[in-house]
Amino acid sequence: MDSQKLMTMNEAISKFVHDGDTAYLAGFTHLIPFAAGHEIIRQGKKDLTLCRATPDIIYDQMIAAGCARKLVFSYAGNPGVGSLRCFRRALEKGQPKSLEIEEYTHFGLSGRLFAGATNMPFLPLRSNLGSDLPTYNPRIRSVTDPYSGEEVSVVPPLNPDVAVVHVQRADALGNAHIWGIIGEQKDAAFAAKKVILSAEEIVSEDVIRSDPNRTLIPDFLVHAVVHEPWCAHPSYTQGYYDRDNEFYVEWDEITKEHETTMTYLDEWVYGVYDRAEYMKKIPEAKKARLRPKPAMSVPVNFGAV
Amino acid sequence: MDITPSELMVTVAARELKDGESCLVGVGIPNLAANLAKRTRAPNLIMVYESGTIGSNPTRMPLSIGDPCLVTGAKSVVTMYEQFAYYLQGGRIDVGFLGGAQIDRFGNINSTVIGPYKTPKVRLPGSGGACEIASNVKKIIVITPHEKRRFVEKVDFVTSPGFLDGKERWKTLKLKGGGPYAVITNLGTLKFDEATGEMTLVAVNEGVTAEKVQESTPWKLKIADPLERTPPPTAEELRVLRSLDPERIYLG
Repeated sequence: MDSQKLMTMNEAISKFVHDGDTAYLAGFTHLIPFAAGHEIIRQGKKDLTLCRATPDIIYDQMIAAGCARKLVFSYAGNPGVGSLRCFRRALEKGQPKSLEIEEYTHFGLSGRLFAGATNMPFLPLRSNLGSDLPTYNPRIRSVTDPYSGEEVSVVPPLNPDVAVVHVQRADALGNAHIWGIIGEQKDAAFAAKKVILSAEEIVSEDVIRSDPNRTLIPDFLVHAVVHEPWCAHPSYTQGYYDRDNEFYVEWDEITKEHETTMTYLDEWVYGVYDRAEYMKKIPEAKKARLRPKPAMSVPVNFGAV
Repeated sequence: MDITPSELMVTVAARELKDGESCLVGVGIPNLAANLAKRTRAPNLIMVYESGTIGSNPTRMPLSIGDPCLVTGAKSVVTMYEQFAYYLQGGRIDVGFLGGAQIDRFGNINSTVIGPYKTPKVRLPGSGGACEIASNVKKIIVITPHEKRRFVEKVDFVTSPGFLDGKERWKTLKLKGGGPYAVITNLGTLKFDEATGEMTLVAVNEGVTAEKVQESTPWKLKIADPLERTPPPTAEELRVLRSLDPERIYLG
């Protein structure tokens, strides 16, 4: 058994994320691996093609830090708040540097991952027709449906060099239990060439095997397993901590200028060694406020004769 | 207290939701409309969120479409791909809400960019699932303030197709959705001409005239005859609505 998979985030990023890589840090609002994004910034990775349906604050930070050459996305907003100002500054003013974009709809981008994960040549979808997106993204094409003869929009597969997926619990081999909003985690893990998996808790293989339907990612896809509590803060992990909505609002203020953004990164990213140190800076009272009330599911019987 | 424009728009939107329908909800105003409908005339409304939660039953106001309160007590939660494939493209959503920076006379919506795409004046978030919602949902409802900068002759970028430049061309795309259904504003309600797909003023709110609506619309607005008057919110609608947003984050 490959017990060498268990490592720190520092080791995992250093080993599996390289300059120029295409990276997918997964998570639709939920389970966004901020600790991995911060480690990528600290290690000064550059020329990355960053892919995410919702770039969210994590990619806004990585764009401000100069890690990104290109962004592949479908919704670049601060969810529930408004704009992603670093993303906008890169596009509108080329600050800190220009950013190439490749833009899809949500179905287009999640469909690209699905096609990548299942080794399909391309994916047809009933979308994009009538929209201006295909005019500006030549990767969105149309083909003639060989059965009906009608025009159908298609998107190409996406196979990132590396995916980072955060989950509630996994065993040391990387069998991962995820619940709540499961977004594109499974598709990203299956589509990527390398997978870094981080988990709030490392549990025994027995815990995983007691509830196999909850395992969205099996160990043989996973290259690194990182035990990283609070990895997703300021996003959230269902059942562990809630979304830090105050911070999502504050981010709008922090990022008013490129300089104010860098002041934040200096203190909270470059100025700490790892996620544990970052969490020490968050007041205990706030952590307590983010702890969710219990809502336990009813156990089921997986037994056989 | 006086009824705010947001309260009026939410109430009008909630009345468009029928019991038993499935509704693709967004945060903010559409979320209030769906929750108001569910707590009044449509208790069996199925609230679906773009994040993959099906039959959500939030006990507090969700602060984003991925809020954990949309998961607690939901009927089902599916992956992003499954949400778009099985639910949206599968034709299982009856009503969807869309918003944007610009809308034109055929209900095309722009939520991508103001100015040229490659040299944007203002870069907006982009489609997200909006294009899929516009293409696959049976009825699209837009709730927006009625301002000249939002109602434009031609949108800078079609993010979500409405009836394009008229219903004839829209039909050639053979989209599975029904297209734009209603635009609900602080001045009144607009629907779309059955034959041409052109936006038509069908109702004005209390104290508003058709002339006033025309002043805020840059093209020659089609006006229904007879033009209806929007019934004001009932006391019960207001009571439920105000309980949903006690801090008045969205109601103003």
